[in-house]
Amino acid sequence: MLPDDLVRHGQHVLTVCNACRYCEQYCPVFPALEKRRTFNAADLTYLANLCHNCGECLYACQFAPPHEFGINVPSLLAEVRTRSYEAQAWPSTLGRAFRRNGFRTGLAALALVFSALLLATIANGQAIASSDGSANFYGVISHGAMVTTFGAVSLFVLLALAVSSIRFWRDAEVGTVVAGRGIGPAMRDALTLRHLHGSGSDCTSNLEVRMPWRRWFHHCTFYGFALCFASTTVAAIYHSVFGWHAPYAYSSLPVLLGAAGGFGLLVGPLGLAALRQTRDPVLGGDETHGVDSLFLALLFLTSLTGLALLVLRHSPAMGILLVVHLAVVLVLLLTLPYGKFVHGVYRLLALVRYHSE
Amino acid sequence: MQEIPEYDVAVVGGGNAALCAAITARRAGATVIVLERAPRDFRGGNSRHTRNFRCSHAAPGQYLTGTYTEDEFLSDLRSVNGGSIDESLARIAIQRSASCPEWMAREGVRFQAALHGTLQLGRTNLFFLGGGKALMNTYYASAERLGIDVFYDADVVDLRMAAGRCDSLDVRIAGRTQTIRAAAVVIASGGFEANLGWLREAWGDVADNFIVRGTPYNTGVPLKRMLEAGAQPIGDPRECHAIAVDARAPKFDGGIVTRLDCIPFGIVVNAHGQRFYDEGEEVWPKRYAIWGKLIARQPGQIAYSIVDAKTADKFMPSVFPPIVAGSIGELAKLITLPPASLETTVETFNRAVRPGTLDLSALDDCRTEGLTPNKTHWAQRLDAPPYWAYPLRPGITFTYLGLTVNAQTRVLMSNGQPAANVYAAGEVMAGNILLKGYLAGFGMTIGTVFGRIAGEEAARHAAR
Repeated sequence: MLPDDLVRHGQHVLTVCNACRYCEQYCPVFPALEKRRTFNAADLTYLANLCHNCGECLYACQFAPPHEFGINVPSLLAEVRTRSYEAQAWPSTLGRAFRRNGFRTGLAALALVFSALLLATIANGQAIASSDGSANFYGVISHGAMVTTFGAVSLFVLLALAVSSIRFWRDAEVGTVVAGRGIGPAMRDALTLRHLHGSGSDCTSNLEVRMPWRRWFHHCTFYGFALCFASTTVAAIYHSVFGWHAPYAYSSLPVLLGAAGGFGLLVGPLGLAALRQTRDPVLGGDETHGVDSLFLALLFLTSLTGLALLVLRHSPAMGILLVVHLAVVLVLLLTLPYGKFVHGVYRLLALVRYHSE
Repeated sequence: MQEIPEYDVAVVGGGNAALCAAITARRAGATVIVLERAPRDFRGGNSRHTRNFRCSHAAPGQYLTGTYTEDEFLSDLRSVNGGSIDESLARIAIQRSASCPEWMAREGVRFQAALHGTLQLGRTNLFFLGGGKALMNTYYASAERLGIDVFYDADVVDLRMAAGRCDSLDVRIAGRTQTIRAAAVVIASGGFEANLGWLREAWGDVADNFIVRGTPYNTGVPLKRMLEAGAQPIGDPRECHAIAVDARAPKFDGGIVTRLDCIPFGIVVNAHGQRFYDEGEEVWPKRYAIWGKLIARQPGQIAYSIVDAKTADKFMPSVFPPIVAGSIGELAKLITLPPASLETTVETFNRAVRPGTLDLSALDDCRTEGLTPNKTHWAQRLDAPPYWAYPLRPGITFTYLGLTVNAQTRVLMSNGQPAANVYAAGEVMAGNILLKGYLAGFGMTIGTVFGRIAGEEAARHAAR
């Protein structure tokens, strides 16, 4: 749960907000807090996941530091997200490791997974350096090994995400108010990123400048990820249902979906990382900088290695590229429950609660 | 600090009126310097704490409901001022208010529909998205784009006046006093509400118990220098826009969150535990601004608003928690009032309440009979524990003593002649229109309308 002093600070900040209400049309945080007169840890956890950390409310705040009331809602809620994500992660030790030392832990995991895959491949006598140009992926790593490894990791990740989501559901008291009618509007808000331009024009993305880039880069990332997921799913169906085995032609559905998604995953994470560099530090959230950057880096690398593999699949580099690509994807999967990815689940749940209230 | 060149227009102040004047003058081709006394973080004067702008309109719009005619606006203004006001200037403010939203939007100001505040102002007042600080951020961004030179921490210590003309300004910037020359000067530096010494001169020791709701930077130095230089004063130094704020508020800059809207829902007693004014006289937006001065006249300048559990969730929460007790006697002890006296007041009040149908959104028929003073609307027995009390102090927003101006906002000197090149806008000349009362959002109307006029006139003067 959240530390007591953070909850007390949050109560101070939100009590001032509730007596002011000037920001009520910026985003759902304010209408949601106006429904309450007192604020507990669950309220903070819920409100924190309605906040997009854009900064509009801070720049508009007559009580912002150096005012003695010291009101900074974006940084408060960023801190709440950091603490609550850590508390909700399962297993907790992995959550802590990634939160504290995200980038380094991630790189170490990548090196480890890459070496393991490489060794396993060599030990199996599969020649990764000399490809015969037939793009025979399963000649490098057998289909069975791939399915076993990825299946096991995916099951673990799904379990970890499920436990985290249940913990979030409990900690943000989503269940107390959730109603079916909230699901539709919540999905719409999430898929359109409505609250990144909630008050008509775009929100501030860094300092006091309003630009649409954060929204567009996020769209590229999210829909890029979704397309890549769709590509993999279609390929799995081709393989297991129809018996059509990879490699697939450039004009095939898995390649088209994957290439489009891959393009989004190159542009989106790169753009978001660049925006992060120009972020106003007073908005908070520095503590998760490492793990957030790791997520963006892994998304970018997944796409880069995937596209490289597509283009060079008939070259001698195919073998090593495949190992690199699979290692990146495995680490991306493994880190999903401990990084930025979970915000998708939590925010959606928070929005469902918002639209149910 | 670089040498400061000569400007066409120097604007003294950095709030709404100042920025409206500066932007208008710059757009008319003048070179403009803005001298803001506050540091950047606290720029914007009292406008930083505002939220809306009263404006007349002939048809409903995206953000305003219904219509608000010039006549109705004027009659609202007359009613809070008790009749006589300078109608020529009031009419200018009201007529010109209609065209302001369009001008503001062109400068990048964003508006919002009035939603959840308890003041029902959606028809008469246009709300700034995010409030007054967001408005001021927009104006400062616009000023920057237009090439207006803005100086923060710039304290105008003197205006060199000779024969009704201001030759130069003495400004202390970063500890160094410099002389700034400008062809025309706009004074938009607010009232003297943050000058505790001046308040004490006007009010006596009573002033020590005032809370200053807004910026601590409005000490009225440019106003005082102009009056010393022979400008014609207007307004009573005791008159001001003052409301009831929570007595626990900080001395300065507590802004909007210290105000209490619970007064019409219960009773208000003084240090003797006695009621002293009709809490339900009128709808709150038309009466909230009299309570500062009412409390200023009570012993010790303290009062207590008391409500019971029936209405405890009907008003906007305050930033300070209520003082809560299970009985009136216990509550009296907690707020150090004589318990017997408070109990008598509540019993007498409860007996005097006539049956009626409570309607918090209209002048209902819930009233008392036979009391002095009666509560004429929303009177309900205080009989549902727990009882809540909020301590109240006078919270001063801005003072009305100011500079007399003509329709071009030129400052009039004591010989009745307008100053050659000195204009005034905003709080510093609000006393030309406001004699004693206040209408929500009207300060911003005065600032925007007369700021724009002052900017226009100053630029025209400089171009001559």
